[in-house]
Amino acid sequence: MPKDDLKTGYRIVGTRPDRPDGLDKVTGRARYGADISAPGMLHAAVVRSPHAHARIIRIDASKALVLDGVKAVITRADFPTGLTGEDWNLQENTIAGDVALYDGHAVAAVAATSKLLAQDAARLIEVVYEVLPHVIDVDAAMQPDAPVIRAGTADHSVPEGMHPNVVKYIDFGHGDLEAGFAAADLVRAQTYKTEATHQGYIEPHACLGQMGADGKGEMWVCTQGQWYIRRMCSAVLGTDASQLRVTPSEIGGGFGGKTTIFMEPLALALSRKAGGRPVKLVMSRAEVLRATGPTASASMDVKLGMKADGTLTAAQVNFRMQGGAFIGSSPVGEALSCALACYTIPAVHHEGYEVLANRPKAAAYRAPGSPMAAFAVESLLDEMCRELGLDPLAVRLKNAAREGAKASYGPTYNRIGLVETLEATMAHANLKVPLGPNQGRGVASGFWFNHGGETSVSLAIGEDGTVTVSVGTPDIGGSRASLGMMTAETLGIPYEAVRVNIVETGALGVNEPTHGSRATFASGLAAVEAAKQAIKTMCARAAAEWGIDADAVEWIDGAAAPAGPNAGKFPPMSIAEIGAKMGSTGGPISGHHEVTAGGFGASFGAHVVDVEVDPETGRTTVLRYLVVQDAGRAIHPAYVEGQYHGGAVQGIGWALNEEYVYGADGRLQNTVFLDYRIPVASDLPMIDTVIVEVPNPGHPYGVRGVGETGITPPLPALANAIAAATGARLRSLPMSPPKVLAAIKAKANGQG
Amino acid sequence: MSKIHVTTTVNGDPVEFLADPRDTLLDCLRDQLGLTGTKEGCGTGDCGACSVTVDGVLVCSCLVLGAEAQGKQIGTVEGIANGSELHPLQRKFIEHAALQCGFCTPGILVAAKALLEQNPDPTETEVRYWLAGNLCRCTGYDKIIRAVLDAGAEMRGAN
Repeated sequence: MPKDDLKTGYRIVGTRPDRPDGLDKVTGRARYGADISAPGMLHAAVVRSPHAHARIIRIDASKALVLDGVKAVITRADFPTGLTGEDWNLQENTIAGDVALYDGHAVAAVAATSKLLAQDAARLIEVVYEVLPHVIDVDAAMQPDAPVIRAGTADHSVPEGMHPNVVKYIDFGHGDLEAGFAAADLVRAQTYKTEATHQGYIEPHACLGQMGADGKGEMWVCTQGQWYIRRMCSAVLGTDASQLRVTPSEIGGGFGGKTTIFMEPLALALSRKAGGRPVKLVMSRAEVLRATGPTASASMDVKLGMKADGTLTAAQVNFRMQGGAFIGSSPVGEALSCALACYTIPAVHHEGYEVLANRPKAAAYRAPGSPMAAFAVESLLDEMCRELGLDPLAVRLKNAAREGAKASYGPTYNRIGLVETLEATMAHANLKVPLGPNQGRGVASGFWFNHGGETSVSLAIGEDGTVTVSVGTPDIGGSRASLGMMTAETLGIPYEAVRVNIVETGALGVNEPTHGSRATFASGLAAVEAAKQAIKTMCARAAAEWGIDADAVEWIDGAAAPAGPNAGKFPPMSIAEIGAKMGSTGGPISGHHEVTAGGFGASFGAHVVDVEVDPETGRTTVLRYLVVQDAGRAIHPAYVEGQYHGGAVQGIGWALNEEYVYGADGRLQNTVFLDYRIPVASDLPMIDTVIVEVPNPGHPYGVRGVGETGITPPLPALANAIAAATGARLRSLPMSPPKVLAAIKAKANGQG
Repeated sequence: MSKIHVTTTVNGDPVEFLADPRDTLLDCLRDQLGLTGTKEGCGTGDCGACSVTVDGVLVCSCLVLGAEAQGKQIGTVEGIANGSELHPLQRKFIEHAALQCGFCTPGILVAAKALLEQNPDPTETEVRYWLAGNLCRCTGYDKIIRAVLDAGAEMRGAN
């Protein structure tokens, strides 16, 4: 296997071995959410509101229930009452109470002996609605005449006199804003809008749930976090978390959208009502788009002050975001914190409003909030650089956040790699490629915090000296490989001698999901610590056999060896020898580590895109694309590149094509992939990458986490490139051909 | 509604099943025959995760009725390897890290195999347009395209 030139001295870290689940995934053997069946299994279907906002007057399931083979129908009446806070939100989103809050909101569900019968039965369930006025747009939802979605939702943070749909207000900053703007040579302010987009994982949500009248249950489900599923389902159903055993399937993409529940409690409630028979529930693509976590839509004001040499003196942002009809679902707080995080600016002020709208409950989507914020801030920064005739990358470098600087969102940065990232970007050959007519180049920076979080990992030495690692973070993009590599590196054994299993909720303490770019960071850190614990035990076993102090034994190349004054007295005892006789030397040998992992390190990125815009159609073609990002340490560089590629292309889709399109009736118009168009292979060039490695001091191998930052810069980078190609500045996403064409025409008419 | 008795061949094996007239070929493969390697991503022919071949022609099995399989030769991802010997495409997908979540992989492998059978030496552009009906949300397609081109090169070399 080729070893990348990282000069680390590592045997395995930094190489590109085959992923351990590769064979299963290229042969069709890997089992995803919908791939499991159980004896006696029933199939479920869900009845969903066709209205954006409607009071539920009556639900009549009698015509469905008389069909042979229909075993259970549930409505909200089958769920406990009295839930509060986010538990209430989860229950309400799982199945509507008195009011359906968005097009696609679940109202009832049915279980029957076949999929087709369940679908037939669902169509026979009659729901009488009283249609209520609705509101979709975030700015419209704040207007005095907007329909009130749920009075009394707002928390104490909201200033008096705001519309009841405004449910949260955030305000923070530092420095003297007035003095900062006064010190600037150029002050500019603009407003930006982004539409909601969907994570767009190719695997629809799917689960197989079983629960008896005693509240004991099991679930097989595609999820980023089996413990989140356990806790949330238990809260919604009013059962004990410990009585529900959740096994994660292979997961067909998540991007944050599978960190929560949408329909899983319905399967369990149906099972409970159907005498404990297992119930399989699989969403259609239309259900995924109508009723599962898109991201928020945003309306954003940005004001920047800049000196003639490019130094930023002050920045002010004011963001409004809707995350559906549920408080706490929009990422407005994260958006504010990310907005200015790339730069050291003496005076910054952030204000944000969370607003309810008749839309599905937003879920996390890859660096939640950061892409929208970057679109606004990085677009305006680019405009001002052009106005002052400055190199946009040089300006970013001049203002770049560095170690020891106070971050825009409060804390002081430890070792970060934005400067190295920008320098690598400026040195890249793509910047020297000459551009032709109707072509333009755009650059942008991006940021994500990364995350540690609750983590529990166990590791066991086998009788033959091979090693099993049990982790709780589902493998979405190759984390079995990275975790196995770090474990093998630490133990000094071959990569192939380690098996990493993603385990069910009964096998470990609570783990947070694979979210926040944390799997390789946090499960990796815990796996390394667990390995060190096992090494300590193995050294003690060898010491006891040799009759020397445990402290006088060291672990070298997968074996215990006498050290110090005893060096060379005994031949090294390999992990295989120790494993073979552990039964008679003290019993099984394992390692375990659990932690709420701190020490995570932010990852910064910079993207450069070249586009060509067809002046006759407004269609944008991506000619070349460069991603430069600090990984801290790339454990498996091929899968780090994969994260960079995937983030960039999701961002390209968000920038150019993707949006939730609502009709005047408040119904989602584009509920299939033909109309919700994500990038396809023929839309794209190869994506160039540079992995910058500024090790994170908070991780034994320097890992930062690489999953999310990459979706942040594409939105503004594309806007900046289109502006460079056409002279027309687009401040609303997506930059679809009709909008680009209109902007070009407006520019030609002197309105741009 | 009475079911239809279907006799067909899947990956060279004779099989039979009872199909509801509304069942898609995808439903029959997954639910009747236990061949769950073929995936449903959309059910509307837009994502390609359910790609199979019917008498050698690449189709979305969600757009074909199960009853239409009568007397045909069906090829799925489970039939790509020759026993335990992987097809070059399968090896190259692992080697190039051309999959992340792996959900779209079966459909892309079936589609890419169909491409290389009719065009053993495709250009990058030809691969991109052939696979434009197979959505992948994880990879940005870069490593997928490289894996297909590399598999094609290896297969040409072997011939």
